[in-house]
Amino acid sequence: MSEHRRIRIHALRHNPRDPASEPRLQTYELEEQPGMTLFLALSEIRERQDPSLAFDFVCRAGICGSCAMIVNGRPRLACRTLTRDFPEDVTLLPLPGFELIADLSVDTGKWMRALSERLAAWLHARQAEVDLSRIEEPMDPDLADRIYELDRCVECGCCVAACGTARMRADFVGAVGLNKIARFSLDPRDRRGDGDYYELVGDDLGVFGCMTLLGCQDVCPKELPLQTQIAYLRRRMARAGA
Amino acid sequence: MKVVYCDVLVIGGGLAGLRVAIGVRQRGLDAVVLSLVPPKRSHSAAAQGGMQASLGNVVKGAGDSEDVHFEDTVRGSDWGADQRVVRMFVETAPKAVRELAAWGVPWSRVRRGDREVIINGQRVTITERDAAHGLVAQRDFGGTRKWRTCYVSDGTGHAMLFAVGDQAIAHGVPVHERREALALIHDGSRCGGAVVRDLVTGELIAYVARATVIATGGAGRLYRVTTNAVICEGIGAALALETGVAALGNMEAVQFHPTGIFPAGILVTEGCRGDGGLLRDAAGHRFMPDYEPEKKELASRDVVSRRMAEHIRRGGGVPSHFGPHLWLDITLLGRAHIERNLREVKEICHYFLGIDPAKDWIPVHPAQHYTMGGIRTDHTGESTTLRGLFAAGEAACWDMHGFNRLGGNSVAETVVAGMIVGEFVADFCQSPRGNLDLSTALIADAVAAERAALDALLASRGDESADVLRAEMQQAMTDGVGIFRTGADLEAAVARLQELLVRSRRIGLRHRVDGPNPELVTAYRVRRMLKVALAMACGALARRESRGAHFREDFPRRDDARWLCRTLATWPRPGDSTPTLNYEAIDVGAMELPPGWRGYGARDYVDHPDTPQRAAQVAATRERLAGAGREEVQQALMPFRHLLPPRLRAGNDRLPESAA
Ligand SMILES: Cc1cc2nc3c(=O)[nH]c(=O)nc-3n(C[C@H](O)[C@H](O)[C@H](O)COP(=O)(O)OP(=O)(O)OC[C@H]3O[C@@H](n4cnc5c(N)ncnc54)[C@H](O)[C@@H]3O)c2cc1C
Repeated sequence: MSEHRRIRIHALRHNPRDPASEPRLQTYELEEQPGMTLFLALSEIRERQDPSLAFDFVCRAGICGSCAMIVNGRPRLACRTLTRDFPEDVTLLPLPGFELIADLSVDTGKWMRALSERLAAWLHARQAEVDLSRIEEPMDPDLADRIYELDRCVECGCCVAACGTARMRADFVGAVGLNKIARFSLDPRDRRGDGDYYELVGDDLGVFGCMTLLGCQDVCPKELPLQTQIAYLRRRMARAGA
Repeated sequence: MKVVYCDVLVIGGGLAGLRVAIGVRQRGLDAVVLSLVPPKRSHSAAAQGGMQASLGNVVKGAGDSEDVHFEDTVRGSDWGADQRVVRMFVETAPKAVRELAAWGVPWSRVRRGDREVIINGQRVTITERDAAHGLVAQRDFGGTRKWRTCYVSDGTGHAMLFAVGDQAIAHGVPVHERREALALIHDGSRCGGAVVRDLVTGELIAYVARATVIATGGAGRLYRVTTNAVICEGIGAALALETGVAALGNMEAVQFHPTGIFPAGILVTEGCRGDGGLLRDAAGHRFMPDYEPEKKELASRDVVSRRMAEHIRRGGGVPSHFGPHLWLDITLLGRAHIERNLREVKEICHYFLGIDPAKDWIPVHPAQHYTMGGIRTDHTGESTTLRGLFAAGEAACWDMHGFNRLGGNSVAETVVAGMIVGEFVADFCQSPRGNLDLSTALIADAVAAERAALDALLASRGDESADVLRAEMQQAMTDGVGIFRTGADLEAAVARLQELLVRSRRIGLRHRVDGPNPELVTAYRVRRMLKVALAMACGALARRESRGAHFREDFPRRDDARWLCRTLATWPRPGDSTPTLNYEAIDVGAMELPPGWRGYGARDYVDHPDTPQRAAQVAATRERLAGAGREEVQQALMPFRHLLPPRLRAGNDRLPESAA
């Protein structure tokens, strides 16, 4: 049997609903197992050491985007973060920019829903009523692939947490919002044009608020081409606003 | 007491729940959706491989139709499915794909001309038709005779859930996130909503609704190793079971997926094998053709998982620190294909195994994957015993999967059931049957009962740990109610689960606050999960035959003479230690496809006495209508179209098979 490392997880503890609660770091020590992810480590802590530690995991496979948190200073999906890639000390903080529920759990759901409502981020179909019995409209296969590239966003919130603008303006739409606009504007099934998108993101809370610091693209767990999309959108919006 | 009133309460914000909610909104009713998590994080997002619908756009799908999809699904179910419901499903699936296309799902599309694919380990060139260029593409999946699985790269569930989630927002459907239904409000014959706990504040709220729809997904977490998300705990089934009135159907029918990565159980899609990936053993030998010469790696999931377990038992497994496993080899598909069409697989291999699937074989082992059983409903999605309670999606036993579901048929079921059941829920609410007059006292009592149970848990000085009980339950299910089952193992599992149920009354908490408290959540859930686990184990013990995913080594044959029936489990008295089992016969005389050999798997089974006669009738009808169109023949064999909501009755256009 090989010797396993002892690792120390320092997790932020705070329950904002409890008037007596003060934010503090709490340290848990445990033995690292082969292939241990932060999902496995935190689950073990909860089962064996501290049943009160709050965090969010759902798919635990890097697909659903629930478990974004700050791991040693950087936003990541905790479920697919292997402890072996880190030193013995790992500090976990909740994702900034979102309402804290407790400890490492934040309310990304409410934020993302509000964003979708504000940006009308759904497909605005050209046709009011589609006859579902008829053969579907064809679409260029490459275009479908390109739309999917942008559709892969999982709304995890990492890009918001890493964004300089979001830190200064709480209602900045973030790379997640701009990417959604880019996605729908690429989709020929959506009837909206640049003029419509300009109304939604043609200001400092939208595409002109981005300071191109590249934080979003660096941390995006799905490796979305966020900066290119934003740059491209900015050019088009500048034209639409002119 | 806080009360929320609505027309329709949908418990569950996955594909099924959201699609039902949109449907009733479109009919002018108000719906509220509850979800444990933000809806786009529901487990539907994890579906990778795709959605079956007989569009027949790709050349390998040409000639596909509702008829072929119907037969594949019924064979897959090992004749356990309700064939009328299967017909309703296959008829609506193409419409569902097309609706999703209109809602923005970026389905992968057909590209005209030559392309190389891997079929049966060989690289071959196929030529896609000009006429199909740009239409929704299909890939191969297990248990299907045509390439029928529509897909979005390998993020199908994600793309579907985001499109449907966006439409729910567009339709103004409110989703109350981080709210968990704890109990249904009912008077023994009529369901009128649920008692709900806010997972952030701990507050209890009564949701009162004319129709209540359970769309809570699967129950994989009853097992130790599962592909399911951590929130798939079968609570929806427990909600129904604890009414004492509503029944669960076929809970013993549990699917194990062949390719969970080892040991974590995270799924790599069936698309890996559909696209040409192979299973290999410790010696690197491709062993599936030895067992299943017809369909090889692409037999149905129950069969492939069983063959893998059998091969491991015979010593073919690769030994490892965590036990034996087998290999999935997709290296032959080539890097370009993997990076375009199997990208999630590549990410999963990279992050969780540290390997590159374009170069390395993937360690796999069958893992619990899907709950065929669920809340028993009729074809409208309504409980057959509790009025006003509906179910849809994986939580339901509607019953189109019988004892084994085909890959790609589940996300298809969620949206199809959403479309169909949503209409019936709206009909219900707009008819006199939908009137609700539950007394305020009944509602207050329901809330008070849950409050008292939670307070008792919070105050308990009991000596049992909820986490330990859950882990023991998962182990008991894994040991006794797995791929291979025997009477002795099942008896042992039932006994262990019963003991755990008794011990669960003595759970004590270390953390006694009623806000965000994961330990409290585990405590109240594990008691409910144990009842669902008992429904599975007792159903499996009682069913002395093998059918689909339910395989009894002591009764290895399918026995239509005695077991062509659906298990119904209820829990009439809260203090009971086992569910009450009843059976619902499946009528051979009404079947369009009478029982026979599935085309893969075991060949010997015991016929139902009515089967020869029904088979002769079907053959005679087909002969009599030899020149007629296929719809006329179908109509003569088993009419179903009248069962569909009127707006979904039209047939489906597709490219002619002869199109160039
Ligand atoms: C890894 C994986 C891959 C898969 N791939 C495919 C595939 O390629 N093709 C295919 O056809 N099928 C696939 N499946 C199966 C398919 O994804 C699921 O069966 C289907 O998505 C289930 O959808 P649903 O809407 O019924 O439930 P889910 O999407 O699981 O949603 C359940 C909802 O219920 C909520 N909920 C649960 N309990 C409560 C409660 N007590 N109170 C309030 N809310 C509650 C949850 O928050 C969630 O919103 C796959 C499954 C897995 C596990």
